Amino acid sequence: MAQETLTGSEILLKALVDQGVEVIFGYPGGAVLPIYDELFKQNRLRHILVRHEQAAVHAAEGYARSTGKVGCVLVTSGPGATNTVTGLVDALMDSIPLVCISGQVPTHLIGNDAFQEADITGITRPCTKHNYLVKDTANLAHTIHEAFHVARSGRPGPVLVDLPKDVIQNKSAYQGPAPLKSKYQPQIKGDMKAIEKAVEIIAQAKRPIFYVGGGVINSGPAACQLLTQFVRMTGYPITLTLMGLGAYPASDKQYLGMLGMHGTYEANLAMHDCDVMINIGARFDDRVTGRLAAFSPKSTKIHIDVDPSSVNKNVLADLSVIGDAAHVLESMITVWRARQAKPDAHALKEWWTHIDLWRARDCLAYAKSDSIIKPQYAIERLFELTKGRDTYISTEVGQHQMWAAQYYRFDKPNHWLTSGGLGTMGYGLPAAMGAQVAHPDALVVDISGESSVQMNIQEMATLCQYRLPVKVFILNNQYMGMVRQWQELMYDSRYSESEMFVHPDFVKLADAYGALGLRVDKAQDLDGAIKEMIDTPGPVIMDIRIDPKENCFPMIMPGAAHNEMVLGPNDQAAGIAGIEEDGMVLI
Amino acid sequence: MSRDAEEISQHTIAVIVDNEAGVLARVIGLFSGRGYNIESLTVAEVDHQSALSRITIVTSGTAMIIEQIKNQLRRLVPIHKVSDLTTDGPYVARELALIKVAGTGEKRVEALRIGDIFRASVVDTTSESFVFEVVGATEKVEAFIDLMVPLGLVEVSRTGVAAIARGQNPA
Repeated sequence: MAQETLTGSEILLKALVDQGVEVIFGYPGGAVLPIYDELFKQNRLRHILVRHEQAAVHAAEGYARSTGKVGCVLVTSGPGATNTVTGLVDALMDSIPLVCISGQVPTHLIGNDAFQEADITGITRPCTKHNYLVKDTANLAHTIHEAFHVARSGRPGPVLVDLPKDVIQNKSAYQGPAPLKSKYQPQIKGDMKAIEKAVEIIAQAKRPIFYVGGGVINSGPAACQLLTQFVRMTGYPITLTLMGLGAYPASDKQYLGMLGMHGTYEANLAMHDCDVMINIGARFDDRVTGRLAAFSPKSTKIHIDVDPSSVNKNVLADLSVIGDAAHVLESMITVWRARQAKPDAHALKEWWTHIDLWRARDCLAYAKSDSIIKPQYAIERLFELTKGRDTYISTEVGQHQMWAAQYYRFDKPNHWLTSGGLGTMGYGLPAAMGAQVAHPDALVVDISGESSVQMNIQEMATLCQYRLPVKVFILNNQYMGMVRQWQELMYDSRYSESEMFVHPDFVKLADAYGALGLRVDKAQDLDGAIKEMIDTPGPVIMDIRIDPKENCFPMIMPGAAHNEMVLGPNDQAAGIAGIEEDGMVLI
Repeated sequence: MSRDAEEISQHTIAVIVDNEAGVLARVIGLFSGRGYNIESLTVAEVDHQSALSRITIVTSGTAMIIEQIKNQLRRLVPIHKVSDLTTDGPYVARELALIKVAGTGEKRVEALRIGDIFRASVVDTTSESFVFEVVGATEKVEAFIDLMVPLGLVEVSRTGVAAIARGQNPA
């Protein structure tokens, strides 16, 4: 009996369902009308209609980060597809699994400059982990299945599948997801010899530190548990990257806080002075290393990563283990136990004494105020008033993002959604939307700045349409704060174009969209306003007027080393060491 | 770790890829996007049944950059195999060039004589020009071209380097 044939649109939706997709973030248009018609006729896939395609991708990222599943996006050809580019690069930089389906003009028109035609596979080749142009309906099902396999396997990332209109209209037989024949099979299990060697080095360390990144979160909650178990077995200190926050409980005494440009004094100095560095799922990003030549000069570096191209890219590793974090950590724990490894207690005690001295500097202290709202205080209060709940925090990009990373403390993975690699302003609101879709009963807060939030503010309408109760927590300092801070520190306070003299009235704006707007400008009113925000069942925009001149510290200036931190306004007043000509060229 | 970070060396890399649309763009885009050198690049289908092509790339960089190039190439989904012929063992590398030389009298005779020495074959002749076909290592082709300059070199077309490992095993 001949197998039933389906249209390309039917095949696509069937394949998405078979891949476990529940929600699609999308925006219709001419080239994808057959798919939207098919969506209309079914009820297994939920579609969230965004207001801009960039937001569809960020929403899918928020969904993916907060669930560990692959996010799914559907857009039309031409401008619909080109609008996804920023989101795709964002997902590529932060290793977020996505599949983006784009419409395309019919195959016979490709290359003709047809209406709403763009060479989106050409445009997104360097913006995606992989992309496909499907030219025959017979290949559609397999391509979709492989796209999901590529997106979620190894180091995750975005995959784009471009579907010409005739391909989704023509018919073919459906092909199920298993068995999938794909040559893309990244190495998951680590080499046991390398793991044993790593454990030997770790066990003999005198001044060790774990330096852990988003790779452990991508590996899954099991990897985070194994990490916590292993770190506690060793008794060693641990620092997390911006992407790694939540991989290890921030409330634990072995945790030194985030490292890097705005990391803690104790984390950065421990990185600088350590004798063994155990990097798991981090990539020696320039925001972490500071000046490479002065980066952790005395340490033996162990690098564990699922992506071989992350190893020896910026910093030479003395020993590398290629594999998935969960597998490698499990093996390391087994080997540690089998060897009955005992760290050098005396050396470790001395190391912790050093670290405690650095901690005593209390680098996150700030000048408190009874009247004006300090941004750090706003985040601290938000944390205190939300910590008993299942709270998801997203951010935009800038000072507020760093304050959120410093003062909100994450004990669980997948609850922190921020644009780390690309630094995309406008990420937070749609990402929060995606997280809220995945977790309808959770509290989802977009910690935001008044400038960033305006880059995707149109998604307030989406929030209201789907009754997604996202809270937009705007630290409003009337400036592009991080740009202003850099201009103050490095350009003699010439605030070139970093101040917007006109902002919307965010309370009225919330009202215009059908959300609740709150404004607070006195420190004593803050708690009440945060409670009202939390208790409001729908979306809220909260406009918090903060100290406009507050800067984000501690800070490693561009071109400086980990042991040349600027701790606060006092250091700043004393003159900043470390900014040299070659530092200025760094961004 | 002792590795001379600054020393730049030349490597010949063989890449087996699916012969599908866009695959060459992926490889070239990787090189241009990440600022790697391409000194020579050849590509042709080598297995029609499995639709596999072989790309031979000659590039140069520090040890860290060469390692990055190979790892970045291996990340691309349509890539089956990446071999560094320079480090994997002895290999042979050849290229073919078509070289047009115009002239009369003694220069014409001299061009033919040098062509003989280089075992170049004449694949086109007019009363005032030759097209030589010369095959060999890059250095030999370069040397031949240099010698043709004073004898009336008009233009050159080169294939770039094709390379393969010596011995019975595939690269």
